[in-house]
Amino acid sequence: MLEKLANLDRRIIFLFVGLAVLIPIIFPLGLPNAVSQPVQNIYDFVETIPEGSLVFISFDYGPSTKIECEPMALAVTKQLFRRNIKVVGWALWPEGASMARNVFDVTGKEYNKKYGVDYINLGYKAGGSITIKEIGEDIRSTFPQDVDNISIDKYSVMDGVKNYKNFKLGVSVSAGVPGLREYIVVANSIFGVPIAGGCTAVSAPEMYPYLNSKQMVGLMGGLKGAAEYETLMNYVGDASKGMDAQSIAHLLIVLFVIMSNIIFFMQKKK
Amino acid sequence: MKREIPLFVCVVSALAMIIAYYSPKLDWMDDMLQKWFLIIAVFAFILGAISIILVNGNRISKQVPGWGYNVVLLIGLFVTLGLGIFGGIDPKTPFFYIFTYIFTPLSATMFSLLAFFIASAAFRAFKAKTWEATLLLIAAFIVMLGRVPLGELMWSWLPVLKHYSLNNLVENWIMGCFNTAGQRAILLGASVGLISISLKILLGIERPYMGGE
Repeated sequence: MLEKLANLDRRIIFLFVGLAVLIPIIFPLGLPNAVSQPVQNIYDFVETIPEGSLVFISFDYGPSTKIECEPMALAVTKQLFRRNIKVVGWALWPEGASMARNVFDVTGKEYNKKYGVDYINLGYKAGGSITIKEIGEDIRSTFPQDVDNISIDKYSVMDGVKNYKNFKLGVSVSAGVPGLREYIVVANSIFGVPIAGGCTAVSAPEMYPYLNSKQMVGLMGGLKGAAEYETLMNYVGDASKGMDAQSIAHLLIVLFVIMSNIIFFMQKKK
Repeated sequence: MKREIPLFVCVVSALAMIIAYYSPKLDWMDDMLQKWFLIIAVFAFILGAISIILVNGNRISKQVPGWGYNVVLLIGLFVTLGLGIFGGIDPKTPFFYIFTYIFTPLSATMFSLLAFFIASAAFRAFKAKTWEATLLLIAAFIVMLGRVPLGELMWSWLPVLKHYSLNNLVENWIMGCFNTAGQRAILLGASVGLISISLKILLGIERPYMGGE
């Protein structure tokens, strides 16, 4: 019996995980999300930015991590638009330009914002850290055109924008390299622009040294970070709904590990 | 000459970047070299496409087991590339539909599969065999449950511990203290290693750009 349990068919584990994720999505539990300090810090910082200021968002993620990263980008953009702050978006990942388009389409409509006046999508640029540095020197030579290949000179949102000095905050929603870490190292350390960020849950622990050294304003880690931001913004989005499924899945994995350890010690005793 | 010319280009470029960084009078050179880098970086995509075609083409011509998948990959590459080049990438173009309705769900599915494999791997491998493994296990339990609302709810049922914030325990103590210390050590170690490798490349001792020589 013990042997059988120790070598449990992985398809049974897969079935349990599938149900643990599926059931809370169909029947939401509505569990409340406590807001952590790093997420609260981003929200509070955005609240201090004067109306009409500029903030940039770098969409450094692709479709594979869209579920985790997009709710963060949506929540931050909603807060910026609610406060009438202008947003300039670009991407260091090739798929990021399309991700930005999704976010701006949803939030732009919701807050009645006009493309080119209140926000702009500058598209993708290769080069990682060097691109981040180039933006600090001259954004107009780095992104002479927007995502639709139209000169940025035609858009009022870009009037007088030269480099990071024109931005009150930079937000990188990132799923890897290049992303948040590169913005901290280059945009914050060299050019002094405050950087806030969101990243996938697996890469969040790597960001804590920068958070502790105050090199970044705040951090949204994974779906949980996004759900906390949604709580602050007072709406139930995809992240908040997803946290119910994640709660049950985490509990299930913990139970599986406890079970496997009980079997392990019982076998050892025998 | 096959060895000397790439070595010469590498050493001169690296020295130029270092000198330009430390000399304000050479800002123009720093700027120019960075622009060159951005242009060269774009060519990496062409190189990547050529590499995919060569590797997969080779597997198809040799008809190695599973070569059918390589055919699918190459068809996907050429169809997407062709539609993107000739039809554009704006919304409502065929490329956009491929990206939105094929590539996006497929990528998300691949990433989602991780949850199943992690659960299976945790069941088989995460055992309290040693003292260190037990500590890791306890920390993992606290972080896993502490990062979800259900964990917070369960914590509030515990008799004495409910007076302490689980969020604080995870954020300030485990993540902010132990995790940060470990991450800093890794970061510093990796940075020293990076400097050493960069120096080796600069001096021509390591030549990975010449085919792993």
